[in-house]
Amino acid sequence: MSGREAILGKVRNALAANGSASDRQQVVTERLETAPKGIVPARGKLKPAQRVALFRSMAEQVSCTVRQVKKRDTIPRAVMEYLRSKNLPAALRMGDDRRLTRLPWADFHTLDIKTGPSDGDDLSGISYASGGIAETGTVMLQSGSDNPTTINFLPEHHIVVVDAKDIAGDLETLYAKLRRKFGRGGMPRVVNLITGPSRSGDVEQKIVLGAHGPRAVHIIIVDA
Amino acid sequence: MTQHTITSPAFKENARAALNNTQLQRALGNVEQGFIAKRSLAADALPEFDALRDNARDIKNHSLEHLDLYLEAYEAKVIETGGHVHWAQTAEDARGIVLDICRKVDAKIVTKSKSMITEEIGLNDFLEKSGIAPIETDLGEYIIQLRGEAPSHIIAPAVHVNKDEVEEAFRKAHDYLPGNRELEEPEQLLDEARRVLRAKYFEADIGITGANFLVAETGTSIVVTNEGNADLTQTLPRIHVVIASIEKIVPTLEDSAQILRVLARSATGQESSVYTTFSTGPRRPDDPDGPDQYHVILLDNGRSAMLGTEFQEMLRCIRCGACMNHCPVYHAVGGHAYGWVYPGPMGAVLTPSLIGVDKSGHLPNASTFCGRCESVCPMRIPLPKMMRHWREREFERGLNPATARYGLKFWAYFAKRPRLYHFAAAFGLPLLAFFGGRKRRLRKLPFAGGWTRHRDLPAPQTKSFLQQWQKHEARRRGGRT
Ligand code: SF4
Repeated sequence: MSGREAILGKVRNALAANGSASDRQQVVTERLETAPKGIVPARGKLKPAQRVALFRSMAEQVSCTVRQVKKRDTIPRAVMEYLRSKNLPAALRMGDDRRLTRLPWADFHTLDIKTGPSDGDDLSGISYASGGIAETGTVMLQSGSDNPTTINFLPEHHIVVVDAKDIAGDLETLYAKLRRKFGRGGMPRVVNLITGPSRSGDVEQKIVLGAHGPRAVHIIIVDA
Repeated sequence: MTQHTITSPAFKENARAALNNTQLQRALGNVEQGFIAKRSLAADALPEFDALRDNARDIKNHSLEHLDLYLEAYEAKVIETGGHVHWAQTAEDARGIVLDICRKVDAKIVTKSKSMITEEIGLNDFLEKSGIAPIETDLGEYIIQLRGEAPSHIIAPAVHVNKDEVEEAFRKAHDYLPGNRELEEPEQLLDEARRVLRAKYFEADIGITGANFLVAETGTSIVVTNEGNADLTQTLPRIHVVIASIEKIVPTLEDSAQILRVLARSATGQESSVYTTFSTGPRRPDDPDGPDQYHVILLDNGRSAMLGTEFQEMLRCIRCGACMNHCPVYHAVGGHAYGWVYPGPMGAVLTPSLIGVDKSGHLPNASTFCGRCESVCPMRIPLPKMMRHWREREFERGLNPATARYGLKFWAYFAKRPRLYHFAAAFGLPLLAFFGGRKRRLRKLPFAGGWTRHRDLPAPQTKSFLQQWQKHEARRRGGRT
């Protein structure tokens, strides 16, 4: 007997008393189809402006730095200012997300832009988030050539752009968006929820930033 | 090499050694001070916290009651997205499956992110013996791997180690680095580990992670970390292997959101862990990075035998560590004394289920029944009740030492005869109070030196609770005693 049959058999026997097979199957099918939400904390249920304010303050509480800009066009300037403020070289890694590649980077001719996944030698990388969560100050990123996953983890500084309109109150709202995009039961290969720069408390419980992922996460919120 | 000899039968000797280990006692102070305050702040900051705990409990109960069906649904989804599912009945089966995957690509180096399941199946020892180098990437796991130890806590595996001991381990292992470098502070230690391990992620052929949840709806594995090590472990090598036990299943993404909200708060007092990562299948056509192969190994190893028994509720455990963070016995002796992979209250219930009560009968007895573990468990697992179940089973099977059996019988004799019990209690209590003196702390108690050597036992009031209650009631009714 295969491991599969043996394990499923044991589980079935142990649960046999819980009703007829067809009833049980129906309960399961229904649950998978309806995906009930459960309890969504009131904290994130806010009007858009307050929601963005909450997102910002939660992100700052977990050691992100946050900047808000009016228009996408001003992102390159905001990025340059960040790099300068941290004494970082004018170099940036990004994927092929058109919301990023089409920006007026050429205005800053000293900036060296590399596209594609990170090879581990980048000090700074930029990604466009598919959403934000006000409840916890979290950004959501999806794998793919537009925003390769390695950019989220290899550079020392991760700059994340998020549109104010994509900042939701809670994770459930972003799940619903994923379902609309990928169909019920579908998911991108990787979804990363990121809440602050990487950290470890493994030496005497003292929290230190910059474990294996970025040492710093800088969020740029775009109003329009 | 990680040690995996079971020393649970020697719990008493382990505990005695732990109590006399000053380095360990210093380190354990961090558990009691840090975790408890952080958890309570985080719990208080979310008004819905307790309601979410109820819901988390209900979700897991529902999943367990329909586990066979959710496992099938999950498997179908993983296959649909191009992943492979392997079923392992035992630890040996799981190790064999990992080795097969390694052999097929001639793997030499395997990176690993923290996974209690791989500790449970003794994977590191096994891989080393098979000529494959396992590299732990979680800082705590890396430290204990260098020290040749097992984890002493399920979320803070090196909590028993002080920073000077970490420095010593790093200087020994990284002897190719300049000997005069500064390495005293946690920042410097973390930095060095970051640099050393960064290279390993790129060298590794296979990355192994655990899973906090498996989502039946989408065939997704979810892993939660603060360091980002699980992400580099699974993104850079050609192959990602997830090892998870069968009870990690939840029905939908929404269900995972409910439990995620109580997990980080209960574990470290964070509102959310830094990284929550959802992985579904291998690299897709438009992916410029990520693994070419995605494997999931579903491990039973004794779980299915807990279903339908009085221990089924233990399968709700999400390995947050809150029960040990709040346990006076854990605070006193640390995790290694428990003698196997899972320490503290959750270990006292789970270990006998997985390795047998004959080998771990002391664990359910290592409890003061203060109830703090149950009061903080996000999944509302009745841990003290389950420890009592084990004691009863043990008693039935005659596994208790003769003195305990005799003592219990003696107590039972009186308990069944209330009048005699009251008489004996009235007689016995003043005697205890006499030893306690005026401070009402018992530092020495004849025949119980094992307990009082390292802690004070509060001396009882001279009147038993029943006597005091009767007096109180009488006073309330009209002053007559
Ligand atoms: S038993 Fe409860 S408190 Fe302990 S680790 Fe499991 S879920 Fe956390």
